[in-house]
Amino acid sequence: MIKSIIGHPVVLLVAHRIAMGLLLLFAASLLIFAGTQILPGDVAQSILGQSATPQALANLRAELGLNEPAVTRYISWLVGALHGDLGTALTNGQDIADAMGRRLGNTLFLAGCAAIIAVPLALTLGLVSVRYQGRWPDKVISAVTLASVSVPEFLLGYIVMFIMAVRLHAFPSVSTVYDSMSLLERLNAIALPVTVLVLVVLGHMMRMTRAAILNVMQSAYIETAELKGMRPFRIIWRHALPNAIAPVVNVVMLNLAYLVVGVVVVEVVFVYPGMGQYLVDHVAKRDVPVVQACGLVFAAVYIGLNMIADVVSILANPRLRHPK
Amino acid sequence: MNDELRYMLARTVQGKMNRRNFLGRAAAVGLTAAAANTMLATGLKAQTPQKGGVLKIGMQGGGSTDSLDPALAANQVTFQLLKLFGDPLVELDPKGGPVQMRLAEAVESTPDAKQWTFKIRKGIKFHNGKDLTPDDVLATLKRHSDENSKSGALGVMQGIESMKVDGDNVVVSLTEANADLPYLMADYHLVIEPNGGMDDPASGIGTGAYKVMVNEPGVRYVFEKFDEYWDESQGHFAGVEILVINDNTARTSALQSGQIHVANRIDPKVAGLMGRAPSIDVKNVSGKGHYVFIMHCNTAPFDNNDLRLALKYAINRQEMVDKVLQGYGTIGNDFPINASYPLFDDSIEQRTYDPDKAAFHYKKSGHDGTPIVMRTSDVAFSGALDASALFQQTAKASGIPLEIKREPGDGYWSDVWNVQPFCASYWGGRPVQDQMYSTAYLSTADWNDTRFDNPAFDKLLVEAKGELDQAKRKEMYSQMAYMVRDEGGVILPMFNDFICAITTDVQGWVEDPNQDLMNGLVAHKCWFA
Repeated sequence: MIKSIIGHPVVLLVAHRIAMGLLLLFAASLLIFAGTQILPGDVAQSILGQSATPQALANLRAELGLNEPAVTRYISWLVGALHGDLGTALTNGQDIADAMGRRLGNTLFLAGCAAIIAVPLALTLGLVSVRYQGRWPDKVISAVTLASVSVPEFLLGYIVMFIMAVRLHAFPSVSTVYDSMSLLERLNAIALPVTVLVLVVLGHMMRMTRAAILNVMQSAYIETAELKGMRPFRIIWRHALPNAIAPVVNVVMLNLAYLVVGVVVVEVVFVYPGMGQYLVDHVAKRDVPVVQACGLVFAAVYIGLNMIADVVSILANPRLRHPK
Repeated sequence: MNDELRYMLARTVQGKMNRRNFLGRAAAVGLTAAAANTMLATGLKAQTPQKGGVLKIGMQGGGSTDSLDPALAANQVTFQLLKLFGDPLVELDPKGGPVQMRLAEAVESTPDAKQWTFKIRKGIKFHNGKDLTPDDVLATLKRHSDENSKSGALGVMQGIESMKVDGDNVVVSLTEANADLPYLMADYHLVIEPNGGMDDPASGIGTGAYKVMVNEPGVRYVFEKFDEYWDESQGHFAGVEILVINDNTARTSALQSGQIHVANRIDPKVAGLMGRAPSIDVKNVSGKGHYVFIMHCNTAPFDNNDLRLALKYAINRQEMVDKVLQGYGTIGNDFPINASYPLFDDSIEQRTYDPDKAAFHYKKSGHDGTPIVMRTSDVAFSGALDASALFQQTAKASGIPLEIKREPGDGYWSDVWNVQPFCASYWGGRPVQDQMYSTAYLSTADWNDTRFDNPAFDKLLVEAKGELDQAKRKEMYSQMAYMVRDEGGVILPMFNDFICAITTDVQGWVEDPNQDLMNGLVAHKCWFA
């Protein structure tokens, strides 16, 4: 029994996919490390500034281990990272894993709230547009989501802020969250950035759902279902959607990844203490350990979500699930 | 309340209109006598400091890399934090007069201005319950004057030969005379910490009016009133909260939606519009900071004084103030001092835009007519690209070919400023003339970004520093101003204003040209109506 599970082609495919993901993550860590090494200027010099004395520079280089060869430093960094030790920030001496953990938590909270609203909404709107394809609901949904996806996100942020915060005083324009806030206060604080993020990712996911399902709707078995006299919504839900799941999951995962790693502009506009702002602050100060750590986390999120998308597509494919 | 009524109320409270007239006018706009009386009473009450409330300040200029260590403070937010939790020995006067006493209660010097005695106030407590002693002061000054401290105040501490505690006093001996030493001690890094912060520099413990409760670098800081604060005339709020809001639009929106009471660094482009909002006052004060175009006096073609003069005459200062600063600034006169400095000579003739003189000097310089490359970037100062384009146009009118080369913001301060011979830049002010000139115009200064080398100027600078006779000193600084204006490499079209905005319930605003947000004392001197 166990042998048959291990030998099952789907398991092999999934295992293969996961192994590829880990390999990719390893390659990304190499790139991140190399990238921060070729940044112009010496790290010690950029920390101490222009008034640095040669003695202080030498001390700091020794302290940071900059005199070791790059390969040695890479391996010790990687081993540390695998044990959850990301080092300390050069600029303010805080433990990176600790500081970043809180920021990552904030980012995931924001992304999660946006996703909980955006994904079901996009799927529903996609189904509705397919059902009323070419008629007014389809056109309205397309127009609105395309418009919201076309406006740059910072402008969308300002528009939402102007209407909801400045004019209506409905929600705060500054989304700073902190530990002592209750869940309800937090949700109130992030209402506006969540709205913007939903508007930004909605169009893409909805269009993709619509296109994928329409593609399936051309198939012969849909025609059969229609001839059987099934109701249109039931056809879409029971027969078309399951067969369109792979491309939909793909685009959903891409957007989730965007919600985690790409929201720096929205974070800045709404002053949300997430990962993006944290990374930008430290890049400006050449705080290399933090930049490396953020890069690694972002890469892991991106690769992880894409891996999930691939695995889901594999599992959703009956031809792979039930081989002859 | 409508605007007219509010205006009248303000005038009545200030004593510019009598009570009877106010009640009459209030009746004329349809207010009952009782309501008008209540309003007047509230208005009068607002004039005396009220206790309580939490002041929320939205600030630009902070990041998650910030530390509470006073030595490392280098931006607007950390500057404000130090003002809140700590006290310096002395504080700059908003009107440019002698320094105000804070933790020192008296300052004296020997007649040669080489030895200064600071008498330390007694009965002052730190937030951790310890008493402030002269030893804490000495340790603080020592930490900031240590070469390895990385302190931002190292520059102002450099002329100190030795320091010691003598009873209640801290005695500072200088290597050479310096009449300005008390002003230098007002440097914002020099807040006194227990044992000088030698044990824990970033503890955030000081003697200040507010205690640090929450420290989330780059996000927010929460302060609570320190009940045992020694100066009862300051610190009226029950607490202060600082939110770091670096985005300009987000900051103004937060003010408009009532999430914060005070916002710093209002963009000149929107300041006029914000002032029209009924519940917001825009507060601008002419500061010491200025925007410059700097030429290296020792590099061709700028080694020719006629060419430098030609460029100085070819810039339209008023147009720049109007278009780049939207009127929130004052015109410069090619030397880095204005009326907000002590000992400023206001009789120095203003240089104005003169295309004919510019053409005359350009011809006299014998320049070959090849384009003169000027480097600029949007980080040089806010509106630097627009200002450079305006400069190019007015120079063209005198036949001077300027070529604008736009440089990336990243690396501008290390690769362009103080390296390339002609570029746009800015300077924040310094508390006194000596410090401004010593930092950027002394021939041996590291930051002599115009490569100005004038032995007579250097000599005067040293002499003026040790001169205790204020009239003589003023005359010396006037001579130095002429040297920089007529021979130097700095083109200084404008001084920028500090522009803040506050909600109208914040009372007690004082104009202070020394720094942003009333020199960081908004939470000390203001109160809620």
